[in-house]
Amino acid sequence: MAEAVSTERVAANTNYATAIREALFAGAISFGLFVLLVGLKTDQNIRNELILVQRWGVLAILVLLTMAGRFAYVAYLQPTLAARAAARAKAPAVAVEPSALRKNWTKLAVLGLFLYPVVIVALVGLQGSLKWVDNFGIQILIYVMLAWGLNIVVGLAGLLDLGYVAFYAVGAYSYALLASEFGWSFWILLPAAGMMAAFWGVILGFPVLRLRGDYLAIVTLAFGEIIRLVIINWREVTNGSAGISGIPKVTFFGIFNFDVSSPHYIGKVLGIATSGAYYKIFLYYLILLLAMLTAFVTIRLRRMPVGRAWEALREDEIACRSLGINTTTTKLTAFATGAMFGGFAGSFFAARQGFVSPESFVFLESAIILAIVVLGGMGSLAGIAVAAVVMIGGTEILREMQFLKAVFGDGFTPELYRMLLFGLAMVIVMVWKPRGFVGSREPTAFLHERKAVSASFTKEGHG
Amino acid sequence: MEYTVPMPDPILKVEHLSMKFGGLVAIGDLSFEARRGDITALIGPNGAGKTTVFNCITGFYKPTEGMITMARRDGSAYLLERLPGHEITARARVARTFQNIRLFSGMTLLENLLVAQHNKLMKASGYTILGLVGIGGYRRASAEAIDLAKFWLEKADLIDRADDPAGDLPYGAQRRLEIARAMCTGPELLCLDEPAAGLNPRESHALNALLNDIKDHTGTSILLIEHDMSVVMEISDHVVVLEYGRKISDGDPTSVKSDPKVIAAYLGVEDEEIVEVLTEVGDDRVIEELDAEPDRDHGPPDSASMLAGPVTDTIAHSDDEERVSVMRGASKAERIEEREARDRAAGISGQPDDKRGGGE
Repeated sequence: MAEAVSTERVAANTNYATAIREALFAGAISFGLFVLLVGLKTDQNIRNELILVQRWGVLAILVLLTMAGRFAYVAYLQPTLAARAAARAKAPAVAVEPSALRKNWTKLAVLGLFLYPVVIVALVGLQGSLKWVDNFGIQILIYVMLAWGLNIVVGLAGLLDLGYVAFYAVGAYSYALLASEFGWSFWILLPAAGMMAAFWGVILGFPVLRLRGDYLAIVTLAFGEIIRLVIINWREVTNGSAGISGIPKVTFFGIFNFDVSSPHYIGKVLGIATSGAYYKIFLYYLILLLAMLTAFVTIRLRRMPVGRAWEALREDEIACRSLGINTTTTKLTAFATGAMFGGFAGSFFAARQGFVSPESFVFLESAIILAIVVLGGMGSLAGIAVAAVVMIGGTEILREMQFLKAVFGDGFTPELYRMLLFGLAMVIVMVWKPRGFVGSREPTAFLHERKAVSASFTKEGHG
Repeated sequence: MEYTVPMPDPILKVEHLSMKFGGLVAIGDLSFEARRGDITALIGPNGAGKTTVFNCITGFYKPTEGMITMARRDGSAYLLERLPGHEITARARVARTFQNIRLFSGMTLLENLLVAQHNKLMKASGYTILGLVGIGGYRRASAEAIDLAKFWLEKADLIDRADDPAGDLPYGAQRRLEIARAMCTGPELLCLDEPAAGLNPRESHALNALLNDIKDHTGTSILLIEHDMSVVMEISDHVVVLEYGRKISDGDPTSVKSDPKVIAAYLGVEDEEIVEVLTEVGDDRVIEELDAEPDRDHGPPDSASMLAGPVTDTIAHSDDEERVSVMRGASKAERIEEREARDRAAGISGQPDDKRGGGE
């Protein structure tokens, strides 16, 4: 007993010894780093001469902080973590029965999404709900849908597409032009816009079939820019950079609409007060259903031969060919399917904004959509949805962080720093989870039991 | 070996096949036949052009010259050098495996075998559209496909690991899975590129059993490349020996084993003999292939197939440096031929099928 205590004490002592040594090292390194950066500062004195200001105090604080941090980490945090890991390794592997929440969480999440506007209206009232339903709900769901669409191309088929926003633009302009020129209904133009985008997906697909990896990415990037430049310069049709405004709103299947001046306005039909929130809530459910459709089709397709062929293509194209799979049509269907959902989202976007211009379809949009796919974990619908909430919701919520002014002073504008914070957050997430939030892959068929495939076996694809 | 009975019709006929990479002649005027229901082995020292022959047969290379005819059981015949790569498996029913295993490592074993049944399932699902809305016989076809996959998983002794990712399997099991996957395409000719490479004796034995089983119970003919002579001699009915892109011997295993040219190709000739041959031949004799100008019209980039370009360059292969040696006297079999020629000059009738193509 006494012996055990003494060995423990010896271990603790050696632990402190290493911690002190490590802390000294860290202190030396931080001193070396900060001595010129912090310890000395050039300044101008009253006679406009360059002088050196010495800030030894600040330097000492920084170095001491580093040393204390290192000491705490080595002496306390590391042994605790090691002990916990050892305890976990020692504990018998008990198959934990997943809780009801975990088992049904997809259903619960969908239910939550359907209830979201109701809850918001109940909490903040009709007028207050506008921001939460529109800026957060609809905005995030558009990106969820776009990312799920791109996921088919990038996550499943492994074809790196940097110009996905082009299909979004095709969908948006299809609806904007046809609806404002011919007055066609959204419900006709939605599939039409999808088909047009799919057509352009095939058009893009043909020249890039032979390309892989970086080369494919560059050509798709160029394609996205071409579409945007055509929109800017084809003024007779697209009205150039000025964009198209006054795009008709979506109607509720012609039964009632959301135009206050119209006799079929929802408020008049149902006999309720006039409010802009109805349209937003309606749009919220519309995009929710469109996103659900995307998810449903993706899940179904993955279990179909074509979906398996996409994933096989990502894993090994040569093996695919040797199994008699026509890689040409397989790639084209991936491009077309992904583009179609981009087109759906585009026509929805045009109907929601009532205004489209080339400004909305810049490369940054493609980059954000791709970042959502990568951050969420390529191929995983749930991961991508979470990533979209984090990325789009996160950048939106950073606008609201007025309390940061209290920390950084009144001159601090959180809006300006949101992209910086956001980039930092992304780097941290990718270091912590290199294959995205959900890196593992759900198999599409199983004999005995469904086991998730670890990310270490799946490939990212070579384009 | 029943060579007295009327010859079974050849399932695969390779005639005057040549493959040049620029000025390098990887295969020079090669002709051989693989008979239906047989296991035909293609052997030869490193760099003999065996894998190049395979790549020509399975459409990964478009041969510079020559004709490859695949005769299917139903009587239809396909010229493989004219088919696009994927149709060679889909229509001509030729499946292959790779020397460096190419599995879909992130997909489970079952999924690997389901991907192999793509074309069948695609038809059953009404090219996705009917299957997506749930009409048509996709559900039944899918169940049948899983049954077939189960059948081959059992044959390959992998049924217990059906739901594990293919990349998680040990090497020998990956080889068996690749064969099972190729069999799931329903091939009439199965081309195996060094199936026994890297296997231990027990795994190698299991492989032989699997191949014999395939041959006996499915009627699939097998064409295999192999270095492991124990596998070749044990299971093959017919052996074709290549050296430097030319056929040096062709026959049943026992006759090939005793062919002096084959022995020379594998084991080399004794040093004195080399000296003797070199002095006999004299220094002015030049290997024909060296005279050939680089043939720009037939390089691989100009391949007829749209896909051949980008794909071929990624076929990693240890035999990549397949080429006709530039060293005089490098071909050991050639030396034996020269000796035979000398004998012939002395009055003995020579080999009728001297494969040295003229007019290069």
